[in-house]
This record gives sequence, C-alpha cells and structure tokens, in this order.
Amino acid sequence: MNRLSYIARRLVRTLVVTVAVVLLSFFLIRLAPGDAATVMAGQAGFADEAFIQNLRAEYGLDQPLPVQLWKYVSAVAHGDLGTSYERRQPVLDIILERLPNTLLLDGFALVVALAGGITLGAFAARRPGSAGDAGVTVLAMLFYAVPQFWLGMMAVLVFSVWLAVLPPFGIETMGADYTGLARIGDVAQHMILPGMTLALYYMASYARLTRAAMIEVADADFVKTARAKGIGERQVARRHILRNALIPLITYAGLQASILVGGTVLVENVFSWPGVGTLAYQAVTARDNPLLLGIFIVTAILVSLFNLITDIAYSIADPRVQLQ
Amino acid sequence: MTALVAIAGLSVALPPGGDRPYAVRDVSLEIGTSEIVCIVGESGSGKSVTAHALMGLLPRGLDAAGGSIRFDGREILGQPAQDWRRMRGAEIAMIFQDPMAALNPVVPVGRQITEQIRAHRSIGEAAAMQQAGDLMVQMGLEAAHLHAFPHQLSGGQRQRVMIAMALSLSPRLLIADEPTTALDVTTQAQILDLIRTVQKERQMSVLFITHDFGVVSDLADRVAVMRAGEVVESGPVRQVLDDPRHPYTRALIAAVPRLSGSPDPLPPHAPVLAVTGLSKVYRRGGGFLGLGARRETRALDKVSLTLQRGETLGIVGESGSGKSTLARCIIRLADVDDGEILFDGADLAKMNGRGLRACRKRIQMVFQDPFSSLNPRHTVSEIVTAGPRAHGEGAKEALARAAEMLALVGLEASALPRYPHEFSGGQRQRIGLARALMLKPDVLIADEPVSALDVTVQAQVLELLDRVRAHMNLAMLFITHDMRVAARICHRVMVMRQGRVVEEGPAATLFAAPKSDYTSQLLAAIPGQSRLEA
Repeated sequence: MNRLSYIARRLVRTLVVTVAVVLLSFFLIRLAPGDAATVMAGQAGFADEAFIQNLRAEYGLDQPLPVQLWKYVSAVAHGDLGTSYERRQPVLDIILERLPNTLLLDGFALVVALAGGITLGAFAARRPGSAGDAGVTVLAMLFYAVPQFWLGMMAVLVFSVWLAVLPPFGIETMGADYTGLARIGDVAQHMILPGMTLALYYMASYARLTRAAMIEVADADFVKTARAKGIGERQVARRHILRNALIPLITYAGLQASILVGGTVLVENVFSWPGVGTLAYQAVTARDNPLLLGIFIVTAILVSLFNLITDIAYSIADPRVQLQ
Repeated sequence: MTALVAIAGLSVALPPGGDRPYAVRDVSLEIGTSEIVCIVGESGSGKSVTAHALMGLLPRGLDAAGGSIRFDGREILGQPAQDWRRMRGAEIAMIFQDPMAALNPVVPVGRQITEQIRAHRSIGEAAAMQQAGDLMVQMGLEAAHLHAFPHQLSGGQRQRVMIAMALSLSPRLLIADEPTTALDVTTQAQILDLIRTVQKERQMSVLFITHDFGVVSDLADRVAVMRAGEVVESGPVRQVLDDPRHPYTRALIAAVPRLSGSPDPLPPHAPVLAVTGLSKVYRRGGGFLGLGARRETRALDKVSLTLQRGETLGIVGESGSGKSTLARCIIRLADVDDGEILFDGADLAKMNGRGLRACRKRIQMVFQDPFSSLNPRHTVSEIVTAGPRAHGEGAKEALARAAEMLALVGLEASALPRYPHEFSGGQRQRIGLARALMLKPDVLIADEPVSALDVTVQAQVLELLDRVRAHMNLAMLFITHDMRVAARICHRVMVMRQGRVVEEGPAATLFAAPKSDYTSQLLAAIPGQSRLEA
C-alpha cells in the first residue's frame, strides 16, 4: 500500500519533469544560430531564398515562437513527437526502433560491470594492501583513466584486425539475414566489443567502490558478532560484509543506468552501434530539431523511471529505508 | 571449584609508536565454573582486549606476546583458526555494548540466530528456526520477533536477541562486554536480571566487563580491577568493595555518584527562564495527497518549568522522554507547537530572525558527544572564538578572552593552536564548555555532558560545571538519564516520561522520598545502591 502510493506520487513527478524538459529543450535548441531550413537547404546543394522560405512554411518555422511551442506541446501531449526534418519519418518511430539496441547494449554492459566490479572489489578487500589488492587497484585505475574511445579503438585493432575473432562494428552481419538462434549469436558477437568497452570503465568504478565499502563495513560491530558466532570467514565476508557493502552500490549503479539510457554517444559511434547515441549525434549534426527534442523527452522519461526503480531496489535491499 | 578459564601472564603488544608498549601486560585471571567474574576499568584499561583475546578475536595488529589461556584445562592461546572457529559461539559466546550495531541491520534477527546454530550443528533451517523461537520466548520476547529487523526492535529487545543468540548453543562461558551501558536504567536492570537468571539456570560462567561499580556490586562473585593494561587488584566482590587495597580501586569506588548529598534548593527569586505549557508534536506520513494515515508523536506535552540565576535544574528521563527535545525547543533549534518560553521577559517561542539570534547568544549549550560536537578541522582557538566573532567581537579581544576562558575550565593556553583530536574526552568537554561560556550566557543547557566520559573524569567535569555555574552565576539546565549524576549537581530535579513532567521538586527530597511510582521505579533500577550507599 505504502509502496503503491509512493510509486503513484513518483509517476506524477515524472510527468512534471517531462513537461519541464519539453519546455526547456524547446527554447534551448532555438538559442543556436540558424535553423533547420538553412541546414536542409545546404544539404540540398543550393540556397535560394524562396526555397528556404518554402521549407520554413512547410515545417511551421515562420510562425511566432509561442505558436510553435503551443503546437509542439499539444502534439507531444497526444503522443506525437513530430516528424524528423531529415528522415521525414515520425520521430517516435525512429526512436523506438533504436531504443531497444541501446537498452540491450547498456544492460549487457551494466551486468558485466556489476558482476566483474563486485567480484574484483570483494577480492581486493579481502586483504587490503596485499599484492592482489594492489593489482586490482592498478587495473581499476587504468580502465578508469583511459579514454573510452581509445579503449574501443584498441579493442577493434586487437580483436578485429589482428586476431580477427570479433566483428568491429554494427549490430549484426549485414546481408546475412540470420534468424532465430543464429541471429542471437550474431548479435551477441557484435555486442562484445562495444559492451566490454563500456563495461570496463564502470567495472573499474564498481570495483573501487565495493572495495572501499567492504573495508569500511569490515570494521562494523556486527561483523565482530558474526565472527564471535563461529561462522567461517567466507560466510562472514559474503553474508555480512558484502551484503551491507552493496547498498551504496545500488545508488551508484542506478545513477549510471540513467546516464547510459541517454545513449552512449562515444562508444555507439566508435562501433557504429545503431542506438540512441548515434541517433542523437546525427540529429545534432543535421540540426534535426524534432528528432533531438524527441530524444530528450524519451530519455528524460526513462531516467525518471530508472530513478524510481533504483529507489525501490534500495528500499528492498535496506529494510531501514522507508519510501516516503 | 575448578577453573573453567585460567589466564596466566597474558601480554598483548601494541603496535610500535603508541603511548604504551602493551595493551595488556601480565594479566592473570581465573573464572570458575558457574561463576560471574567482573572486570572493571575505564577506557583504555585493557578490559576489552582481555575479553577479545579470550575469544581469539584480537583486532588486526594486536597479538598475544606471551602468557597462556587455558580453557577447561586445554591451552587455547595460539590454537589454529579452525579450532577457534569451532569454539566461538559453541563453547564461548559474546555479547556487546551496542546491540544495534552488533546486529546485522539488513538480516531478520531470526536468521541471525539460526546462522549461529547451523554453523555448528547440522540441522535444517526450519528446525533451527524452531529452536531460535523457543530461545526468544525464554528471553522474554515473542516468536513473532524472529521476523523483525533490528531497527524495528527497542534497545532492550535487541540485547535480548543478542543474549538468545549467545545462548543458542549452551556455551560454557558468556563474555559480556558492557552489555547494558547503552541502555536505559530500567532496561539495564531487566537485562542484568536476565543474565543472572540464565547464568543460574545453566550453571554457566560469565565474564562481565563494565566501568560501573554499581553493576559490579549487584552481579559479581569476583572482580578484577584493571588500569592501563594491568590488573591492579582482584578478589571476591565483598572484599574488594568493603576493603579496597589499591588507591585506584578506592578512587573508582569513590567516583561512583551517590544519590545522597544533593545541594539544597536556592531561596526563590525571579526566574531568568520560565517555560509554560510547551508542546511539540512530530508528525509523520500522510501518504499520497494526504490520504494515508498520519502518525503523531507527542514529544512534549504541556511542559512548564522555571529556572533562576545560579540554579541548576536537572531534567531526568529515559530515552524518548522528551528531555532533549525540550532543550532543542528552548533554544529554538526545533519549532514549538504551543506554549511560551519567557527569557528575561521576552517570549522566545514567538521570536524570529535578529531578535532570536541576540537571545540565543545568551542561552548556550554543551553537548553529549565530545568527539562529534567539535569540528575536527578547526583549531581550539577557532572553535572557541567563532561565536563571539560572529556576534561582532574583534579577533584580538576574542583570543585574549579565549585564553582566560580556557584557564577557567582548567586548560592551558597552549591548547589554542591545537586540534580536537589531540585531546581526551574530558578535555574536549572542557573545550566545549569554554566555547559556550565565551558568549557570556545567562543560561547554560548541558545535554548529557558527562555520559560519554569515564567515572573519574565524569566527577571532575561535574565539579567543573558546578564551579563555573557558581562563578558566573549561571542558570543551568542539566539534562541526564542518570539520576546519580543529577543528584550530585542539581538543586531541583524534574522527572520526565513520554513528553510529560512526572514529578518535580528539590533534589534532596525527590530522591529521598519520591512521590510518583515512576520515579521510585527509576530509583530502584539503579544498580548497586543498597551495597554502595551504605
């Protein structure tokens, strides 16, 4: 009951956030000099003033700003995010086509990062200051510090060019038209390089976070109680230290999940992954305002939902937390 | 009587660079079968280290440097980790000071008990849970509490869970490390009672660690007094209490505050602070659009008091009595729902902004925790002069007065450029007091100022507070859970319970002849009075 009413309140808040995002981004985009008509004219190869005026009329760009805003907001309220200038398709369709790809890549990266990071962190925390701990710390530092695009390029060089074991870009082999299991396998193969490139960075931060939290929790009184009960060290570490150390990790992972759904522009572009990140990049360069606005809105909604999920997960992991 | 535990010549080395080379040195101690032995000592005496050595649970960096510990005739010091693990929980169990911290916050308490049972016996979870439920009932809890998380239980209930867990495998020795220090006095009496009962029933040996001679006189068969890592005196409890040989033992016993000898009430005078009908309600919940159930807690319910210059009024109560909320309301750290706070004729409850700031300066507070109430990154001079400087005093004058003020509270002027961590708990409370006095207050509110301190230090700080009060003609509101401490320093005492004033009167009469049942209960729960008061 309590949880349901909490979720209801949070969904109302999500709506408010979405409206704010729509208004803000509508005006922000118009701060940039020039408009879509000049860009389209440029792409068309000539810049006849009449042609540009025509384009402006076609997309309603010649109308006063408040009118444009009103039209846009009422359309969005009906689930219509407008039509892409460049692709001449409904914005919502384009985004929904790309979104699953991004979610797939991010989900994979997040799971790998969490599993790897927690394992490495727990290993390092077992004996702080030991060679193993130092090794994990140095490795984590390395992945944390190296720019992702460079890591991605090196991964392509090693695994695709030299060893030729993994495909360097795209989401599936073009023209192969695999179906069923074969297709899943093909996509999985394509996912490994971009997924790992993304995951390594986050894995490094999870490893450091887990290590620090575990060392801190290891000093807690209840860990002493656990040892005084005569249970084995492994069980002390897993059930008492790790279980409590993971609570702050949830906040962090939730935050990163929110960042990831916005599309990982760099990694998606390096690996030509057909996700929201590459889409956003293309929309920016093409000055495709409706598409860009649509991405903002969809992302804002998803981020709100991810925050909600994080808070609920937190309240499940830590019974002391009450959803208010 | 054969000794279950025989510790002989135990020494535990401290890492180099400390203030002394040994945590404990040449400690010898025997615990007989079904005997209760108390180790008494102040912080840093090595009493906890001795107990932890007996569990094979010395903190990292500490190792036994010599000596022997025999358990049931067998040498256990230096035995392999596997053997320690098999003993812990099964042969020797331990309970700790703060049961909230000692229980895993994210695991239901039932599972924490079954975990111990199943670590030593090969039985299923359901059977273990059955046993845990029986134990909980024996400890005065309900089987339904098995599913509760620690934060859903009260302090006393949590300690009962800890005891249930410790007894789950019928150990032959129970080590209790200050198990009642964090509890209210009535809860403490119940827990001590429970420990005595189960000890008798099970013919179990108990090693009880405490700083409180009151508890010792109620509980112990034999007692060992420790100071700076060494046992200075040990023997049967009667002998040590009635005829202490070592001067330190005598000092410790003398430092236990008595209920008698309170100062007489002052002749009535116009009050500097008069609180009338003060009420404060904490509201929680409300749910979606305010549709859900609201919970209200009456933290203060029509509380009235008066306080005159030169007088100390004690506010005594257990946790949840509203005594700290009262202090917070008076200096308006919390807003007041109803009632008036007349300070020198002006109503603080209705004041805001600048007027409130000017009045607040004249009401100062000293806090309980000497560690967290001073900013660790500020020097003493910054801490002490920040108040007056915020109220417009020049840096030079403030610094000159700071040196005077430190002298008044018994610290050298050389303390000024140093940081709080360089001082002991008692010294920090002195710094906190100097900070408060720098603003030349009319009223000093002391919220449990000595409850985090060792008894001998406690006596010194109490004496200092009383001296400063007389010297500056301060009106002092002294908040405490400890009636013995209140008796020592207060002219008048007010007993609070669940936000209400239960009883109020001159300290000497109130403690000698309490009018309300609740006050009588509180007095009866104080450990060791019958034997120590004599």
